[in-house]
Amino acid sequence: MFKNVYNWIDERLDITPLWRDVADHEVPEHVNPAHHFSAFVYCFGGLTFFITVIQILSGMFLTMYYVPDIIHAYASVDFLQHQVAFGQIVRGMHHFGASLVIVMMFLHTLRVFFTGSYKAPREMNWVVGMLIFFIMLGLGFTGYLLPWDNKAYYATKVGVEIAASVPYIGPYIADFLYGGDIVGAQTLTRFFAIHVFFLPGALIAMLAAHFLMIRKQGISGPL
Amino acid sequence: MAHGHKSNEKVVFVGDSRVKKAGMFQTPPDYTAFPGKSEAFIPNFLLKEWMVGCVVLVGFLVWVIAEPAPLGYPADPTNASFIPMPDWYFLFLYQFLKYPYVSQDYVLLGTMGIPGIMFGALMLAPFLDTGKERRFYRRPIASSLMLLTLASCVYLTVVSWDHYQHMLAENNTIPEHHERADKAREAIERGEPRPNPLKKAAAIIEADDPAMSIAQAQCIGCHAADFSGAVGPALIGVGNRMTQEEIAAIITNGSENGAMPHFNDKLSAEEIDQLAVWLAKQTQ
Ligand code: HEC
Ligand code: HEM
Repeated sequence: MFKNVYNWIDERLDITPLWRDVADHEVPEHVNPAHHFSAFVYCFGGLTFFITVIQILSGMFLTMYYVPDIIHAYASVDFLQHQVAFGQIVRGMHHFGASLVIVMMFLHTLRVFFTGSYKAPREMNWVVGMLIFFIMLGLGFTGYLLPWDNKAYYATKVGVEIAASVPYIGPYIADFLYGGDIVGAQTLTRFFAIHVFFLPGALIAMLAAHFLMIRKQGISGPL
Repeated sequence: MAHGHKSNEKVVFVGDSRVKKAGMFQTPPDYTAFPGKSEAFIPNFLLKEWMVGCVVLVGFLVWVIAEPAPLGYPADPTNASFIPMPDWYFLFLYQFLKYPYVSQDYVLLGTMGIPGIMFGALMLAPFLDTGKERRFYRRPIASSLMLLTLASCVYLTVVSWDHYQHMLAENNTIPEHHERADKAREAIERGEPRPNPLKKAAAIIEADDPAMSIAQAQCIGCHAADFSGAVGPALIGVGNRMTQEEIAAIITNGSENGAMPHFNDKLSAEEIDQLAVWLAKQTQ
């Protein structure tokens, strides 16, 4: 049955090379923890991706309830946390996942660094990785404001004040993020848009580049 | 199948179009150069990865269910005493900017100079460290710089956290999300609903009811003028806990421990009934 459907589509679209490009490759022994336990360090990239997927999915569910305005933001999060079935779990996944994904990303970066995997010919992938790194920090910063409690409010205030102290461009950055003179209604909608559309879009594009390069170059050889 | 083209054709087109049929985007890299046993990604390795993924997911869910995500009180821009606290992975930068020579007059060095050099160097690592050697113990400069940076970041994070705990102790406060969670737990233990921080002062319902004036005459000494509770418990929301009959009974006979006096001598049965009907409406 499935095979027939697959063949029917494959006849028309020739999809076999597509998935082969994506997935048909070998996993060499030196990165396979089944052979060398210490090779678990090579799993951190995959785990980062796994948690990133969790973040995207849980975030999609959060936006079903979250209302990005200063009157309803807190109330909607509170409602989600205490009234909605499984809301506490979904919010918890997104909240703690945000920390976990950063931890995994740090570990992955350290693995790449200490195995010298950023060296030629993988320089570009390292630079893309660093861009991902900054996007992730940006997601963490913008997401922190969204529950609109005091912790969110004052952390954002301090953060933007620090950015504003940069000479010349600082005031422009602050203006862009605040959308006014204080952390207020405009700031919240901007952070929401950045957190939910701009940065995830950029992240997905960068991840695509990251994986394409890994696939093209293969994993780095044994040390 | 599209693979069925005759192999002696020079250019193969996709179907009946003028689009040239491309070869595979990528022939899988040949790992025969690497020592040992390689394994097919699909399906062998992927299955193992999924098993690990399931274990990770279950562990993660257990953590998430055991520990609800924190939520403090609604943002109040006029709150001057709140101690700001970024998320943990920004603490190293936050702490760093508190030191002299990277703050105030020198803040440029703190916001741009040093972080710029550090992150710039990290970003350009492949172009700064161009040697062929990959093993970290043969790259003493790169490895020791990274270890030093790591140690500094951990140190700054710990100092920042300590400082925060110290500030909390000094101001004799606890973080708002803890305070709120504690209050909610206590309220639930008392059988009251979870306090909603958005309803600032919950008001009495139907304050123009004639029972209100009886209550003002008799009850506010112990239950407070706004009925938020003093010697006796809050009467706002009492309707959640008690039925009209139970309320009538406690007004008539007092509480079993005698802390709440009986009113069957001071109020008529009719007045008590009025009170009980009105109090039973006090739901939150
Ligand atoms: C002398 C102080 C005092 C006065 C006056 C008083 N109460 Fe009370 N009331 C209490 C105390 C103390 C309790 C808690 C009794 C207990 O521990 O069970 C209480 C309990 C109650 C309760 C039960 C609340 C609950 O959540 O368990 C109701 C209802 C109530 N009072 C209604 C009234 C009304 C109506 C009046 C006025 C007619 C009134 N009280 C006057 C002291 C007072
Ligand atoms: C969301 C964040 C990221 C995800 C999901 C991700 C995912 C992955 C995956 C799955 C691999 C395959 C090897 C492995 O698992 O270790 C990989 C390799 C690599 N990553 Fe990342 N990565 C992320 C961030 C980063 C960052 C922040 C850097 C560094 C700045 C980086 C640099 C690299 C490099 C250079 C490789 C090739 C390593 C090699 O061939 O040995 N990545 N990444």
